This record gives sequence, structure tokens and C-alpha cells, in this order.
Amino acid sequence: MCLAVPGRVVSLEGASGVVDVAGVAVQVRMDFVPDVTEGQYVLVHAGFAVTSVDEQEASDTLRLLQEAGRGGQGTAGGT
Amino acid sequence: MNEIITLAHGSGGETTHRLLSEEIAVLYASEAQWDDAAVLAAHERIAVTTDSFVVSPLEFPGGDIGKLAATGTINDLVVRGARPAYMTVGLIIEEGLPLSVLRTVLRSLRSTCDEAGAAVVAGDTKVVERGSGDGLFINTTGIGVISAAEPPGAGRVAPQDQVIVSGYLGDHGVAILAAREDLPLQTPIESDCAPLHDLAHCMLQAGGEGVHAMRDPTRGGLAAVLNEIAEYAGVGMNVDAQAIPVRPQVMATSEILGLDPLHLANEGKLVAFCSSQSAPKVLQAARRHPLGRHSTIIGEVTPGPETRVTVRTSLGTTRVLSMPAGELLPRIC
Amino acid sequence: MDKVLREEPEAHGGPLGCRRAANLMEVCGTHSHAIAQYGIKQLLPQGVRLISGPGCPVCVTPVEIIDLALAIARLPQTTVTTFGDMVRVPGTDSTLSREKALGRDVRIVYSPMAAVETAVEEPDRQVVFIAVGFETTAPMVAACILEAERLGLSNFSIIAAHKIIPPAMRALLQSGEVRIDGFLCPGHVATVIGLTPFARIASEFGLPCVVSGFEPEDIIAGLRGLLRQIDDAEGRGENAYQRCVKDKGNPRALATTDQVFEATDANWRGLGQIPLSGLRLRWAYSRFDAERRFDVELPTPREHPGCSCGSVLRGLVQPAECPLFGAACTPTTPVGPCMVSSEGACAAAYRYEQ
Repeated sequence: MCLAVPGRVVSLEGASGVVDVAGVAVQVRMDFVPDVTEGQYVLVHAGFAVTSVDEQEASDTLRLLQEAGRGGQGTAGGT
Repeated sequence: MNEIITLAHGSGGETTHRLLSEEIAVLYASEAQWDDAAVLAAHERIAVTTDSFVVSPLEFPGGDIGKLAATGTINDLVVRGARPAYMTVGLIIEEGLPLSVLRTVLRSLRSTCDEAGAAVVAGDTKVVERGSGDGLFINTTGIGVISAAEPPGAGRVAPQDQVIVSGYLGDHGVAILAAREDLPLQTPIESDCAPLHDLAHCMLQAGGEGVHAMRDPTRGGLAAVLNEIAEYAGVGMNVDAQAIPVRPQVMATSEILGLDPLHLANEGKLVAFCSSQSAPKVLQAARRHPLGRHSTIIGEVTPGPETRVTVRTSLGTTRVLSMPAGELLPRIC
Repeated sequence: MDKVLREEPEAHGGPLGCRRAANLMEVCGTHSHAIAQYGIKQLLPQGVRLISGPGCPVCVTPVEIIDLALAIARLPQTTVTTFGDMVRVPGTDSTLSREKALGRDVRIVYSPMAAVETAVEEPDRQVVFIAVGFETTAPMVAACILEAERLGLSNFSIIAAHKIIPPAMRALLQSGEVRIDGFLCPGHVATVIGLTPFARIASEFGLPCVVSGFEPEDIIAGLRGLLRQIDDAEGRGENAYQRCVKDKGNPRALATTDQVFEATDANWRGLGQIPLSGLRLRWAYSRFDAERRFDVELPTPREHPGCSCGSVLRGLVQPAECPLFGAACTPTTPVGPCMVSSEGACAAAYRYEQ
């Protein structure tokens, strides 16, 4: 019931930050992940980070999205 | 003072005349006839298309409404195998539009037409009150010349035809979405807005009669095109999800907003339905062209009477790709 | 992914298998959508059914809430902000989309914080946010209420319509209407509330509850966990989404929700009243309650006769079994919310299964 995507925290400023989701920069509130640092992964829902994500696993998921656009034989994932 | 368009510009008098001769004139070639109607040489067979452009914002990464108006019209002609020849341009300007924006847009429109060899031969300009339009609406009619005996068309699509797309899908849709003020996301994605007369020509040269139909997947995206063709031609289609090229940022934006990238608009892409014999040649020709480098075969046409479009997922299962329904609403929950 | 399943089955547990027949239920609209989008039901073994429950927050929002939003939208100098899905849901006599076309100020937002920002930017307008969603979204709305309080806003309020999922799961099990042998549990709700509430249901009722993510691999892992437990006659909570879900969830998000909201009895479309299954604003924040702030007249709530959304939401009826499905009720001409919401079971079935 909740669209959420994992991304990497690129910058932090006050209560907010920018999260990179496969090349898309999203403005995100960090109220619920107060200890998050740049470079960590978070799950983004409705403009907020709802939890931090285990990095190895998150990057695996993001790689699936990345692979969706490799070269001329790019894929659309499962869409 | 930064000049803006006012209602006076649309009233038909001196101010209108000045607007036409000083600004709108940039659309027209020097031999333009300043009469109520343009008289053109007759041709064997002509293709005619009409389109309206209401995009907001007027300027976006990769283009503006002028470039969009020209490419949209040109591409509609081009997919029917027509050589773009003439265009009309109707402008509905909201008072308050900065003249500088109008100038930029008109120049884009003109230069895109020049690129495709199309001449603007007639037009109209109106100004409406503030609040009655989104800055600028453009309506066009495009006229092209058909030389082939049997131009490509949906009715020629047949089972076993291969479905080719000319590159990455969804770029224009995402560029527009990201340019909206109210969404907190940014991407480097630009609109793919481009006139495809030359790409289409190369593909038609390579495939000849084997190119059964072509479409440009604008509003409604690939999903709309495949479903429309399937229904019109009374055939089904099966495509491979993993073969469809979509950039990671487009996938990510779609995931974030809950959209289907196959529903997103494209303004510089072709979908071609080619006989299985001609498909490899058409594909090769497309890939050699700068606008078709990432062309790929994504699936094939299946026999009717079922006119369903199905997708083989990355899991090897099958799901339906249906006609997009209603307005694109970024969903969250 | 198909390579993994087909060529290296031993490495990843093989194709889904189960010695018994089983009815599995998912209670998350995002799961409904992903399952349909990836054709996951085609991977289920014989005798195993995967049915949709009341997991679409838009679908379970009662008509009265829509009618309240419509009435508020019709007030002068008022802006209604909402998530996209709500805009075409039929109320008794109109939809937000229709009201927008008639000139009311209805705006779609991606984040509830955008509604607060609008209130700040337009102090002359009353800005109301329709707060639907489950436990994943409630903390965000709570944070917005706190922000509105901090900013001293007098023109921001919400229609508080959040629901919580475990009581609905219990109600379904207690009613016994549909046989449920296991729950695929919502991964993003679990990032907030943790595994524990689902583990409790599992032990109280003796059936497996597996928390699962939303990539196709995640869903398959969740189903695998459920089927294994069913085969072994086990009934416990299991976390198949460990990269995002911790046993205790996100205590800070829970605390924020708890500061602003409290549990209340709530009306679920199709399921009726379920005790302590909704969230209402605590007294300290009641001035942000749009229902209190605006004095509006509401019509007698009416749903379309023949609409089977209620039965679909309880898992009693599959979308295709509704007499209106695909005929009078399609995504372009929806009758009930299950077809309007892109996470509704009917919309998913129509769009991807037909």
C-alpha cells in the first residue's frame, strides 16, 4: 500500500536531504532517520525517508534498476 | 521594460499588424504570400494531419512548445511515409506572455521546420485574457507528400511482423514531469523531442514494402500505440519486457511516482511494424542513424481475433499491457 | 531473474511448491499491483490461491470521507490537497476530479509536506489534506501536523482517515468468511511497525505471517516462506524483507505517529466497523481536524448497487466475478474504488490480467 524506493543519501541539510535514486535527485525529509549519514541508503516514501536500508542489499536492488537501461539492449525491468 | 503580449496584440489593428510583421514573420519564408489563404502546387497524393500543443511548462529540458509543435506535426506525417512539405501555425496567446518567450518558441518552431524541409505557409494569431490559457497554445496542420504506392498504415500490420522501437522510451514524459514546480525531484533527463523525417526515410529505404506501419508513441506512450494498432488491425501482440529500452532515471521516476514508463509520452521515437524478412535490414538502418542508435526489436505481432497486447515479464510469466486509462496521476499509496 | 528460477533452482529454493492446498492473502495494494504486474500467480503451485484483501487504503476509505472532502472543496477560499489515487474515487454525487473540472481548487501532491508548504504560501486560503494511508504514511502526516503547529498555521487541517492493518487482518480471521492459511504481510508498513504485530497474529491464530518486500524476487521469497511454513504446519511471523524491516520497526516514526494520533474505531468500506482500527487526532491537535473545523452538510452516503467492492476487499469475490467488472466498471468508467485506485484488486486484474 506504499510506494517506496531505495536511494543513496547525497546531501543533508537540517531536517531534509537529497537522495539519489538511480540518477533521480529527490528532496526528502529525514525526520525518521535522524542518525543517517551521507552515503547511506534510505527508503523513500511520500517525500520522507521511512527507514535506513542495508547498503549491500539496497545497491543490489538499485543495480536491477540500473541494468534496466544498459546500452541499446536496455531492459524495462519487469514492467 | 520587458515586453509582454496584451489583448491589443490580438485585436486585429495596428498592434496586431506590428506583431505579425515583426515577430510572427520569423515563421515564414521570404516568398510568403500575405493573403488570406496560401495557394500551393497540387501533388499526386497528400497526407494531412492536425495537432494542438498545450504543454506546460512552455520551455523544458530538451525543447519548448515551438519545437514540440513542429516535431509532433512532422512526425505524424513521417510515419505515414509522407515527406513533410507545408505547415500552418495557429497561435492562441494568453495576455501577459513575455515577448521573449514567444520569440524563442517561434524560432524553435521555424528551425525545426527548416530541418525537415517543411515551410510554414499559413497561420493565425489570437490573444486571450489572462487565465484563459496556459501562456500559449499552438495548433498546427501539416501537409506531406506521398510518393509510395502503398504508404505504411495500421491496416497493413500482419501476424509475425516484428515490432521495432527506435530508442529509449519515456524520456519526454519524465522531462516534463520533472520540470513541474510541484514535484520534489530532478533528473538530467531531457525531452527526446526531434523531427524523424530522416530516420523514417532511412528505415523505409531499407525495408521498402516490408515496413507495414509506423507510429510515434506520443501521449499514452508505447502502450497506447500497441493497443491502437492491435485493435485497428485485428491482431494481437507479444513483447518482451526485458527488450524494451528504458533509462534507469526514467524507471526510477516511474517507480517513485507510481507510473508505468510504457504510458509515458515520447516525442522523438518511432515504433515500426515490419515483416520478419525486412526487420533485420530496417533495424540495421535505424541503428546507423544518430536518432536510432538504440533501436531494438521488442516483440512480434500475433494472429487475431484476440487483440490483446501481452508482455513476457522478467520472470517468464505473461501479463497484459492495456490501454492507459485517464489522466496520469502520480500515485503514492 | 527467470534465469535464477529456472536454471539454478537449487540455489534459490526452486520453483514454488507446496504439498497442501492453501489460500494465501495479501493485504497491501502495492503487493496486489506488483503481483499482477509480474504475473506472479502463474508461478503458484496447484492448489495454492493468492487472494487480495483490504490492503488498498483508497479502496477501504468509506464514502463519507469522500463526501466530506467534496463538501470542503466546494467551500470558498479552500484548497483540497490529496494523493493522486483519491481524485477519481466516486463519492455519493461527485468526484474530486469532477469538482476540479467545475472550478474547485483540488491539487494532487506527492508528499503531504507539500500541503503544509501550500498553506504557508497561501495564507488567505484554507488548505486541507486528505490523510489516507496505512501505518507507512501516518508518521509523515503526523510530522506535517507538528510542522504546522511549529509554524503556527491557522489555515492547515487534515481529514484524518488513516487506518491500521493488523485489526483488519484479525477481523477477517475472526469472521471466518474466507479460509486464510497465511498472510503475505506489507513490507513498508512493517518498516514502521516492525515484525512483532504480525508475529502476534501468527501465534494467536496459528498461521504463517511473512513480511515481504515489493520487487518480484521479494514477493517470491515471501511466498516461499509462507508455503514452507504451511508444508511444515508452522504458524509464526517471519521477516523476508530484512534489508528494510527490523523486528521493532522504526520507533521514531511510531513515536511521532503516537504523539499526534490515537487509535479509534473506524469504518472500513466492505468490512464495516472494526474496533481501534483507525487513527484520529489527539485532543491536543484537534484544531487540525478538518471535520471539526468546517461546518458542512453531507448527503446520505450511497454506494452504487451492484458494486461488489466490499466483497472483493474481504477476499470473498475475485474481481472477475463481480457482475460489473469489465462491463459497466472499467478504469475509464469506474463504479467503485477497487477499480479507480491503481492499487485496487479490480484495477490490477483489469490492467494486467484481463
